[in-house]
Amino acid sequence: MAKKTGEAEVRPVVSILGTPVKCFYGPEDLPDFDYKEKLNDPGEYPFTRGIYSTMYRSSMWTMRQYSGQSTSDSTNERFKYLLKNGQTGLSLAFDLPTQIGLDSDMPLAEDDVGKLGVAVDSLEDFERIFDGIALDQISTSFTINATAPIILAMYVLVAQKQGVEPKRLRGTIQNDILKEYIARGTWIFPPEPSIKLVGDLVEYCNKEIPRFNAISVSGTHILEYGANTVQAVALAISIAEVYIRDVLKRGSNIDEIAPLFSFHLPIGGRDFNFFEDIARLRGARRYWAKLMKEKYGAKDKRSLQFRFSTGGMGGGLTAEQPLNNIARASIYAMAAVFSGTRSLNLACFDEVYAIPSDLAIRTSLRVQQILANETGVADVVDPLGGSYYVEKLTDEMEAKIGEIIGKIESDGGIVKLIESGAIQRELARQSYAIQKRISSGEKVLVGVNKFKVKEEERDLEVYKTDPETINRQLQRLKAVKENRDQGKVESALRKLKSAAGRGDNLIPYLFEPLKAKATVGEIIDTLKKVYGTFKEPTTV
Amino acid sequence: MGTNKTIRVLIAKIGLDGHDVGAKVLIFWLRDEGMEVIYTGLRQTVEQVVEVALQEAVDVIGVSILSGSHLSIAQKLINRIRERELDGVLVLFGGTIPKDDIRALKEMGIHGVFPSHSKLEEISAFIKQNVRHGEEEGERNR
Repeated sequence: MAKKTGEAEVRPVVSILGTPVKCFYGPEDLPDFDYKEKLNDPGEYPFTRGIYSTMYRSSMWTMRQYSGQSTSDSTNERFKYLLKNGQTGLSLAFDLPTQIGLDSDMPLAEDDVGKLGVAVDSLEDFERIFDGIALDQISTSFTINATAPIILAMYVLVAQKQGVEPKRLRGTIQNDILKEYIARGTWIFPPEPSIKLVGDLVEYCNKEIPRFNAISVSGTHILEYGANTVQAVALAISIAEVYIRDVLKRGSNIDEIAPLFSFHLPIGGRDFNFFEDIARLRGARRYWAKLMKEKYGAKDKRSLQFRFSTGGMGGGLTAEQPLNNIARASIYAMAAVFSGTRSLNLACFDEVYAIPSDLAIRTSLRVQQILANETGVADVVDPLGGSYYVEKLTDEMEAKIGEIIGKIESDGGIVKLIESGAIQRELARQSYAIQKRISSGEKVLVGVNKFKVKEEERDLEVYKTDPETINRQLQRLKAVKENRDQGKVESALRKLKSAAGRGDNLIPYLFEPLKAKATVGEIIDTLKKVYGTFKEPTTV
Repeated sequence: MGTNKTIRVLIAKIGLDGHDVGAKVLIFWLRDEGMEVIYTGLRQTVEQVVEVALQEAVDVIGVSILSGSHLSIAQKLINRIRERELDGVLVLFGGTIPKDDIRALKEMGIHGVFPSHSKLEEISAFIKQNVRHGEEEGERNR
């Protein structure tokens, strides 16, 4: 209940950490505050204020839009259009069969071919996607996990065909399989061999494609699954440590591999709180810097810099009064900028219904452009630094991140918790709890449980998948299989299988099958014989 | 009518879509509403789901799809349900479903469609109101 101070009623507020929030903060909340130790200047250890000294005064954050087209031709057209309009970063999304290692003609794939992204069955599809696009002139972001090694190998082969040395390739590949067991479900193999494959890719990129971000550990899906804003960051860091330990075991040095790690973290969502979201990312930067330095002995400054992009989350958006979502996304975007994001991908106002329409994608981009060009929020680095409230929160968030990670370790580590389904269970329960708070009206959602309108909502324009997509893809796949040398495919797959059996780094063994036009599904089926298939634990 | 038989629900993920937190939230809710709920797990085929529905004698099949493949999967499910003579079962679809497709799904014979962000109360109320049909036709021995 509200307390009275003098005449005015005071509305009680509790933070995401469960602590009561005061009406204002002052010097007494930050006793013994040491600027150098806690903050330091932007670009200096522990990087609380940002990993670069000049941030957006030197270069704006990257405004990326995630767009998936159904076929290799339409994707190629789209890419060429974007490049013509001055975009230099391309982003490639794949359909679910490609993400799960199924060919378009495999039984379970049928209903999902070409939906949510491009269908890739063989190297020929990949060559078509990048036809006429000079790979040394662009950076490409690949949203792919379980089949990431195959996709990267295809990118290298396309580059070689263009006469571009792999060393010159730039981009990012998600390559974060552990969160797939928690949230998005595009796993294939059990966790152990999957972690090994993540490590293969990191190790290979470190040696052969040093300018390529071999991994982007993602907290966004974990948040959508029910984690709160601090848990999403803590789990992502905990997952990153699993991969780091795997690569260190192979004899790599921490300063060789830590700089290859970047994160994709959520801003917004159902638990959004402007200041908490910002403080959590400031706290995460400090936590990571100390973790790398003190636990892993990293010395290179780049190892200590917590590099992240942000995704403005669709989970906080509503189906009711959808234009309200533009206002929500704008505020998420501002929080991302105050957090020092390097790149932002903002949710679109109609994504509750389907793949965002062109209008919705453009509006999300315009929100970012307005922030960057019209408002002054990007002029000064870490403008909230020194705020009593934000610094107090940042301390609390950093401590909470450490506490969550410590608990995971003492419970046997995140892999064990994923295998048993414990994490999935806990997060789904949390998601249910938030839902109930919204249903009861305890948590206000404008337009949903407060300030509702009676009139019929306007129907939204949604992106439609071309029904001919699957037929075209199937014909192509058939042609590939008819025109290849079957003996070469089989011998290449045999070599791949023995390399997997020996535990070698698999990336170099992917080139030969791919060149022989082995399909993604055939390669994955070969590996399943060695690695087995993940069995989903019971979680509800 | 008038019986207090526990409603049995099968919540299914058909196809490759791995987004299942919505399905799980609904499962928790329906259980709190007193229903018995079985969950199939990810990546099921229409055939597998219909067999489980038969074996477990469920009153309701609820399918969650967020990948955009609801129309083709719904048609296959309806065909399979007819083949296996499971007609009394109430069939619901939920997930990322545009308005035009809600109409299409209902024309196909899906009884209730609940796009993402539907209220949990609405879904359980719909089940309670409509589940009786199957019971009346199926077991009329009271």
